[in-house]
Amino acid sequence: MGKRIGLEVSLSAAEAVKMANVDCVAAYPITPQTHIVEHLSELVNDGELDAEFIPVESEHSAMSVCAGVSAVGARVFTCTSSQGLALMNEIVHIMPAMRLPIVMILANRSLSGPLSIWNDHTDLMSIRDCGWIQVFANNGQEVFDNVLFAFRVAESQKVSLPVMIHIDGFILTHVIEPVEFWEKEEVERYLPEFRPVHALHPDSPVTMGAFGMPSIFTEARVAQDEALIQSKSEIISAWKELGDTVGRYYYPVESYMNEDAETLFITQGSFGETVSMVIDALRDEGNSVGLVMDRLWRPFPFEEFRDAIKNAKNLIVIDRAISHGGQGGPLAIEVRSIVYNQKNKPNITNFICGLAGKDVTIDDFKKMYKKSIEKIKNNPREEDFEFYGVRGK
Amino acid sequence: MTKTKVDLSWQEIEVGGVVVNPGNAAEYKTGDWRSIRPVWDKKRCVKCGVCYIFCPDAAINEIEDGYFEADLFYCKGCGICAHECPTQAIKMVEEEE
Repeated sequence: MGKRIGLEVSLSAAEAVKMANVDCVAAYPITPQTHIVEHLSELVNDGELDAEFIPVESEHSAMSVCAGVSAVGARVFTCTSSQGLALMNEIVHIMPAMRLPIVMILANRSLSGPLSIWNDHTDLMSIRDCGWIQVFANNGQEVFDNVLFAFRVAESQKVSLPVMIHIDGFILTHVIEPVEFWEKEEVERYLPEFRPVHALHPDSPVTMGAFGMPSIFTEARVAQDEALIQSKSEIISAWKELGDTVGRYYYPVESYMNEDAETLFITQGSFGETVSMVIDALRDEGNSVGLVMDRLWRPFPFEEFRDAIKNAKNLIVIDRAISHGGQGGPLAIEVRSIVYNQKNKPNITNFICGLAGKDVTIDDFKKMYKKSIEKIKNNPREEDFEFYGVRGK
Repeated sequence: MTKTKVDLSWQEIEVGGVVVNPGNAAEYKTGDWRSIRPVWDKKRCVKCGVCYIFCPDAAINEIEDGYFEADLFYCKGCGICAHECPTQAIKMVEEEE
C-alpha cells in the first residue's frame, strides 16, 4: 500500500501520469484542466518525469501529436476540457479508428454558449459516439487509480483503443482530497511495457490512416465497433486486477442499496457520491430507494445495467447535459432504449440539473424524488424530462 | 486498403486499418476513372517531355524512340498533358471513340 496524502485532484492525476511513466505529454492548458498540464510540465522540467513535454499551439495539435507519438509505439497522455475538446474533435474521432491507445482526461465543462468555465457533461456528450472507451471517476482516488487502469486497458493488444477518463471540472479537479498513491512495484506489476500491435518503424514500413473506399469502409467500422464492444471483458479484468493490487475494486456499474429498492436514482460522475447520501436520508424517512452509478459509459455495460435495475419500479435519471430537441438528457435516452424490450418496464423520470456547475444539494435530490413519485402517480407513462429548479418553469 | 482488397471481411482487416504492404496503391487501377484519353501526334511531337513532367500521376512514360505515351492503367484523363504541350501534339479523345 502506498502513501496516503492530501492533494488537489488535478495534481494527483498528474502524479498518476508520472507513475505511468509516459514518454510524452502533449496538451494545451484550458480551465478547469489547467492544473493537470501545469503540474506535468513542472514534473518534466524538474526532471522527475523523463518525458517529452510538447507545449502545442492548440488542442487540435495536441491530439495530432498524440497520434504521431502513439503511432511510433510511445506512451502518451493528454487532457482537455470543453472548447478544447471541440477544437480537437476532428482527430478525436480518428484515434479509435486507427486503434491508437492514447489516454486522455477530460475535465468536464459546459460547451459554450453562453460562455461558461463550469462543470457539466455537455462536452463529453458531444463525442459520445466517437469510439473511445469512456469511464467516469467520482473522486480523487478514482481518478488516480483509473489513470493507471486506462493505460493498462488502452495498451492491451486485445483492446488497442484510446481511453477517456471523465472527471467533473472544479467539483473534482480543484478539490483537495486524500489520495493513496501506488508503490512503484505495484505500478510495474500492473502496467506492463507498451508493446503496440503496429508501430511506425523504417525497418518494417506500414501505412497508417489510409483512406477506405466505400467497398471496405463499413467493414472497417464494424471492426472498430467490435473492438470497442469486446474491450469490455478486458476492462473488467483490468479493474479486477487493480483491486487485487491495491484493494479498491471498480465495476462498469456500481450500486448502492439497489437490490430491494422500488425507486432508483441513475447517475454519472460525481453526482453519485451526493446521491448516496440522499439514499441514506430518504431511507431514514422510510422510502424504498437506491442508487445505480454508471461508471463505464462506452462500451455501455448493458448486461450489468439491466441486472442492477431489474427489481426497480421507478427510475430517476439524472442528466448533466441536454439533447436539444430530443427526449431529455443523453443518459435518460440511453436508459429508455435499454428498458424498451423489457417485459416490465420501469417508470422513468428525467431531471436535467447541475448545468454549468450549478449546485445540486441533497435537498434538491430529495425534491426530485418527491416530484418523481408524484409524477408517476399521475401519469406513469409520460416520457418527458424536466429542467430541475429553473426559474420561470 | 486498396481496391484489390474489396473482398475482405471485417475480421480480416488489419488492426486500425493498417496497410502492412506499403506502396500497394500501385495496385489500384485509377485508369477506370477516365472518360477521355490522351493521344499523341508524332508528327507534331518534339520529344520535349513537358507532358512527362506535368503529369500529376506519373502516368506518362518515355518510349524507345524518345516519344511519350500514357500508361492507361493509371491515366485518369485529366488532360493536363494536352493543355501543357507546347506544340499541341496531344489531343484528348472520348473513350468511346
